[in-house]
Amino acid sequence: MKSFTLALPRWMPHRAGQHYDIRLTAEDGYRAQRSYSIASAPQREGEIDLTVELVENGEVSTFLHQSAVAGDRFEVRGPIGGYFVWEAAQGGPLLLVGGGSGVVPLMSMLRHRAAAKANVPARLLYSSRSYDDIIYRDELEGLAARGDGFELFHTLTRSQPAGWKGYARRIDDRMLGDVSRVFGAKAMTFICGPTALVENAANALTNLGLRPERIRTERFGPSGT
Amino acid sequence: MAIDMNWELMLDGNAVGGLLIEIFGQDLTALWSTCPDCGRQGELATLRAFTHAPGVVLRCPACDAVLLRIAKTTRGVRYDVRLVTKDGFPQASR
Repeated sequence: MKSFTLALPRWMPHRAGQHYDIRLTAEDGYRAQRSYSIASAPQREGEIDLTVELVENGEVSTFLHQSAVAGDRFEVRGPIGGYFVWEAAQGGPLLLVGGGSGVVPLMSMLRHRAAAKANVPARLLYSSRSYDDIIYRDELEGLAARGDGFELFHTLTRSQPAGWKGYARRIDDRMLGDVSRVFGAKAMTFICGPTALVENAANALTNLGLRPERIRTERFGPSGT
Repeated sequence: MAIDMNWELMLDGNAVGGLLIEIFGQDLTALWSTCPDCGRQGELATLRAFTHAPGVVLRCPACDAVLLRIAKTTRGVRYDVRLVTKDGFPQASR
């Protein structure tokens, strides 16, 4: 997992949750394009952060991880997306559910919330394989320690360090009930991760009584168009 | 739908937002539409997207009906729209 900062000559503010397409063109004209969620807050002017997971045999992520150096120029298109977006003015309470690199657009929302000094109640339930796989671990702890209404819940599905106090299984109905109950049916919910996680969590939250029209999902995976 | 590789690689309409901007000149991910087969309604971003093929296919998440097909060929862009929108679907801008 690596984060990159892109300086944008024609920067425009994004909405937290949106993505950019990055296109690479080889010397022989071969092109590859992928979508990456914006990780940074829209309040940062002139540049964005993208957090990119190295995908096995991934054309674009391999280049970004292994060959790209500071100062390289990229062809980008964005910001894109008018559905999986949250702005502080929309209020909350805000329920975020993420798996693996699906946390990236949710991080943009949390950074946006912090930068806007919004104190809408917010909770993140974040599933990772192991402690070392937790993206933005220290920053998330810092956000949770501000005492401004954001609470953080981790689950580690494969291995847990000694003394681990968080959840230690895949996200399930009981866990979602524990995390979402205080918000009631009106939680504004964003779920991002692999298809199975997204489907299961959305169904479970609907069964728990959350309003389907307030549950927004984004399936996360290797994409190519 | 069977749990197969297509399911594993399935994304949603949000993932083709950039392609739609390229072809139709606007962000269509929040476009509200109705499935002509089952009547299910929702934003384009909520449709299931199958992108690992020469073309892109968007399907209804409720009944699996094919609602939008897009293929880029050497002679231009071919597309086929079945989803029903209040003000019609935009024309390709290129």
